[in-house]
Parts: sequence; C-alpha cells; structure tokens
Amino acid sequence: MSRDAILGAIRRGLKRGPLPADQQAMLAGRIATHPRHLIPARSRLPRPAQIALFIRNAEKEFATVERVPDLAAIPAAVADYLAAQNLPSRLVMAPHPELQGIDWASRPMLETVARRAEDGDAVSLQHAWAGIAETGTLMLPSDAVRPTTLNLLPDTEIAVLRASAIVGAYEEAWDRLRAERQDGLTGGFMPRNIMLVTGPSRSADIEQTLELGAHGPRRLHILLVEDEPAPRAESPGEARADAAAQPGSPAAPGD
Amino acid sequence: MVHITSPAFKANAARALADTGLQKALDRSKGTSHAKRAAAVAALPEFERLRDIGRDIKNHTLAHLDFYLEAYAAQVERAGGTVHWCSTADDARATVLKICREKGARTVTKGKSMISEELGINEHLEAHGIEPVETDLGEYILQIRKEPPSHIIGPAFHLNREDWESTFREMHTELPRDRVFHERSDIMAEARTKLRSRFLAADVGITGANFLIAETGSSVIVTNEGNGDLTQTLPKTHIVLASIEKVVPTLEDATSLLRLLARSATGQDFSVYTTFSTGIRRDGDLDGPEDYHVVLIDNGRSNMIGTDFQEMLRCIRCAACMNHCPVYGVTGGHAYGWVYPGPMGSVLTPTLIGVEKAGHLPNASTFCGKCESVCPVKIPLPKLMRHWREREFERHLTPATMRSGLGFWAWFARRPGAYRLATRLGMGALARLGARRGAFAWLPFAGGWTAGRNLPAPEPGGTFMDRYRARQRQQQRAGR
Repeated sequence: MSRDAILGAIRRGLKRGPLPADQQAMLAGRIATHPRHLIPARSRLPRPAQIALFIRNAEKEFATVERVPDLAAIPAAVADYLAAQNLPSRLVMAPHPELQGIDWASRPMLETVARRAEDGDAVSLQHAWAGIAETGTLMLPSDAVRPTTLNLLPDTEIAVLRASAIVGAYEEAWDRLRAERQDGLTGGFMPRNIMLVTGPSRSADIEQTLELGAHGPRRLHILLVEDEPAPRAESPGEARADAAAQPGSPAAPGD
Repeated sequence: MVHITSPAFKANAARALADTGLQKALDRSKGTSHAKRAAAVAALPEFERLRDIGRDIKNHTLAHLDFYLEAYAAQVERAGGTVHWCSTADDARATVLKICREKGARTVTKGKSMISEELGINEHLEAHGIEPVETDLGEYILQIRKEPPSHIIGPAFHLNREDWESTFREMHTELPRDRVFHERSDIMAEARTKLRSRFLAADVGITGANFLIAETGSSVIVTNEGNGDLTQTLPKTHIVLASIEKVVPTLEDATSLLRLLARSATGQDFSVYTTFSTGIRRDGDLDGPEDYHVVLIDNGRSNMIGTDFQEMLRCIRCAACMNHCPVYGVTGGHAYGWVYPGPMGSVLTPTLIGVEKAGHLPNASTFCGKCESVCPVKIPLPKLMRHWREREFERHLTPATMRSGLGFWAWFARRPGAYRLATRLGMGALARLGARRGAFAWLPFAGGWTAGRNLPAPEPGGTFMDRYRARQRQQQRAGR
C-alpha cells in the first residue's frame, strides 16, 4: 500500500522506525497546545489605535472602509455607497440573523434577498466574523448564515464588521475560533472553509502590473459598526491594550 | 509530464539571451520585485527572526513527518474527506483520473499548482477525454499557447502585452476581431468573462496546497485572483494535489510561515485570499463541494530525507530566489528546461529527474549567495548546488575538458609554492600585456568566458598574497 510505502521511506530516511509512544504523545501535545511563535509587535496597540490600524491596512490594499454608528445605519450606508458607485440597488445578502434583523424597509429602493450568490449577482452583503488589524484582513468562515460564494461571485462585496470583532494578530482570531465555534461534523472548531480576505481581487500576471478585479470582487467595501464600549475615562485604552496582548481573552460578540 | 529540456540548458540559455521579446519582459521586472520585497521586509522589524522560526518549524515537521502526515490524514477523514497516498507521479495521475471518472466529469477547473505541472495532470486528463481548464490568468494564456510556466508564481512572466492581445484575438474568435484593448484591465476583463462560465460548468475543481495542517486537516491555498477559491467552491468535487512536505503541525505554524510567504513572493504583507478548506459541505451550508479528496504525493521527496538535500524540503515556493537570481534574470525560466526554474529549481530538479539530465542547472550559478540571503526558510541553496556539482564530478558526468582543467588546477592548488609562483608569473604577464588597454577582449583557452565579457587586466603591484605579506611587514614595522 502506498501509505505504508511512503511512511516506510520517510522512516528509512530518518533512520528510525515508528515513533515510540512517549514521543508521539509529546507531538500530540504540541498540536493540542498549538504554541504561538513570535507575533509581530505592530498590532499590539491600545484599542482605538488597533482599529485604526485595521482600517489603514485594509485601505492600503484597496478596500474601502466606512464607519457606521450601529446596525440600523447600514441600509442608508449601503444605498449611498451603491449610488455613489453607480451600482444597481439590488443585493444578495448573507442569511445572518443580524443582517436579516435590520429594518431594510427604511430604504424601500434597496432590494435584498438572503441566499448564496449566483452568477449575475452584482453586489453581495456579507457578515464578517472577525477583522485582523495586523494586515487589514477579514476572516470569513463558511456556515449556514455565511455562504462562501458571496465572497467570490459578485463584482462588489460589502462586508459588515463589528469593531468589537477586530483583533490584533491572526493568532487571536484562531483562539477566538477555537473558543467560540463548534463544527457539527468533526466536533472541532474548523468550518468547511475559512477565507482570510485582504482587499479586492487582483492580478499582476499581465506584465507584472497590478490590476484589480481578476476573478473575485473588484470592490471590497467594509462597513465598520462602532459597537465598542467607549474606553473608561481613568485609563483610556489601557485595559484593552493588555487584553489584546493576551491570547484569546477578549472574546468579542461576533455572532 | 512536461517535456524535459534541462540537458540543453546551455543552448536554451543562448536562445533566451537572443530573444528580444523575452529580454524585454525580463528587463521590465528587473529591480521591481527586489524593491517590493525589500519594502515589505523593512516594514516588519521581526522579519529576520521569523525566518529562523520558519526554518525551525519546517525542520521540526520534517524530523517527524511520518507522525504529522498520519495525524493530518486522520483529521481529513474526520471532516468527510478522503486521502489518497501516492508514491509516484503515475499513481497520482491515475488517482485523479479515477476520481474524475467516478464523478462523470467532462470539464475540470484548475487553480495554479506547480505539483500539477510536475505530474502532468492536464495532459493525462486530456488524453482520457476530460478537459482541464486553467483559471489562473497567467496559466490560462499559457494553456492556450501550449507553453509551460516560466516562473513559479508568475507563470506568464515571459510574455508581453502584445502577446496577450494577439493570443486572445486568435482564441476568442466569437468576439469582434478589431476590438481594442485600451488598458491591461481590458485584457483581464475578457479572461474573467470567458472563465466565469467555465467555473460554473465544471464538474471537478483541482487546486494545489501551500500548506496542509495536521491539527485541523485543512488545505491552505494563497491567491490574489480568487480563481483558486472559485475552483474549490463551485464544483461538486474538490481535489487537492499536495506533496508530502506541505504539512505543518498547527494553525500557529502555518500562520508564522504565511507571514513570510507573501512578503517574500510579491512584497505584499498578505495575499488577497488565504483560504483554509476542511472537508466536505456541512449540513445547512449553502455552497461548497460535497466531495473532498486529497492526493498526497511523494514522487521523490522521501528519498531526500536523511540526505544533504533534506533542507530543500523546507521550500515554500515563494520564488524570492529566482526573483533575485542574476542567472534567472537573463535567461528566464524556460531555459531551465523543466517545472522549477531558478536556484530552487537548480537544486530540486536534479533530485526529481536525475543529475544526469539536470546537471547543468547547479552549474548555472554565479554563487553570489543572494538566493540564500532572501530565502524565507534559510535554505542554503548555493551549498546544495555545490553538492550537486560534487556528485556530478564523482559520477564522471562533467565533460573531459572540464575534468582535465580542474585536475590541472587541483595539482597547483595542492602545492601552495607552485600555485603562488604560477599566479605571480601569470599575473605579471597579464599586467604587462594589458597595461595599455586595461582589459582583454580575448584570451587563449578562455574564449568561452571572454565571448560574453572582458577580463580586466591585473593592476601592477603583485598578487594578493604578495600585497598581503607586504602589508603585514609594514604593519609590524609600524607597530614596533
């Protein structure tokens, strides 16, 4: 069997047989505790600066970011954005309770439908699970309320992201995922698919010159919902700065 | 499999140097990829320490590769996926074909994958009546032009805009022939439209993997276009092609390597799409594949373990070595004659297709050391190329003139007195002969060398050793 042939060849190269039980247990322990390596200092910032870093990095990669005070402000923000870009006011939306709970009737000109994306859909509205300040990256796991196709097929993707769901480094997002999600199939925490998205689709295959909108969305617009409690007056940002350096502790309500 | 022209490296290189279109393409990118990487590295003060960490993660994994592969396979199966262990390229091709046939596939979309090029998946599927469709923009045009990639991350590196326009005019015959491509984005938009229907119609999607994660059973792909994601999301079946050294233990390990990958490759802090795929569509999911297969390929890797070349298995395929290589910079990738060009190819190709076929490649180096200095996982590429040269010499694969020349040099090198005398005489003669012009355009026995460049005449004042001694004497006197 190929499996045995490959494992046998590896072991011959390593000049040993299968690992003894104690070494296997040690390696299984390394997986279970998944130790962190060096995390760049750039995202270890007081809270407001961490959010500002997310915005700066997302914009550097040609995403656009707009801050909105609450979920109720989203229909107006979407309508204005689409009008400004000269885009149709029809959108396919993630069937996420938070998005479906919005009073879309406040903007009767907007047509929304909650489903996965199909060919021909021009604009999607996605619910982002986390933002990663280190590189301005959105974390978009797949599940029943966040279809992957919304991130891929439409020309324009609008993503709703709660400011409280922004973390500093990728490792903090992994720990949040481990703590907060359970997958029905595996009993683990990984959904079928997780996309880390940094800006709109692009290619430099033609003469090594960057062009936006290769196969995925040409535009990525992030609506950042300011749901973060204002920092306490006595120690502005201090508590959050410590928390951000601590793995996984400030589990923000992303779902 | 891709037709191998590595044995003809010298002729390939000569042709590349005379190819004005290729030289134009190579000139265009000269310096820009260096500058982009340098800027990304400068913006991350921890980069050097991360290189050590990347090296250590890969070394740890390779030392326990059997354990991590089994752990990975168990997690894939838990997520409803199937792992196919394939020792050889033949096994892998047969496995991919079998899965495609079981699914009744007519067309297969593909994300860019170097292992797919190595295995010759496209040719195999075509030969059995299944149409593969490359969807990476660069791979798409190369498939039309029937050319192999010339760079591992920018496959159409060697093409100019005129080539894109003429190829698209020839191929997309249903579009008006006199249409105008005002901008590069017009070319891209045409490919986007053409490929969208292929994405939607495909029965199977095949991608490579940048990493496999033992902790979760995930395959990771990194792209900027989004084609890999459409390939693995829309069809009912997703096949992942990955060689055994792609596995890493945990998400944290993959994350540290991802911090190195895009910065080294394109100078981006992070690629646009970094996607983790774990098994089949879940209950309630509205999209995603119903079948998930991983074709886990050895094809020569396990033979490298425990040898000098084990270090090459750390490679994360970022292409920094070729982007910084003075030889790649003038010959381009096709001259290397197989799938992997540049310094990483010069080390890897002889291990995979044999040093008798690829022996020229480790010689195609100036040994400037730039490749090693930019490698995100610190592979000592020049040292490994030297190992190949030694083996080539030991196996008498080098030409007789070179062997006798080396023997002649070795006789002197082992006799320092004779060596110094010979160099002093030789240098003195060259200095006198070349004193007027300052350089030699031609020298006896060195016609091959002087055909491409002039040899500067030695400055008067003796050999290095003469000057070194004189200086030491001077310093001793001054010190007294």
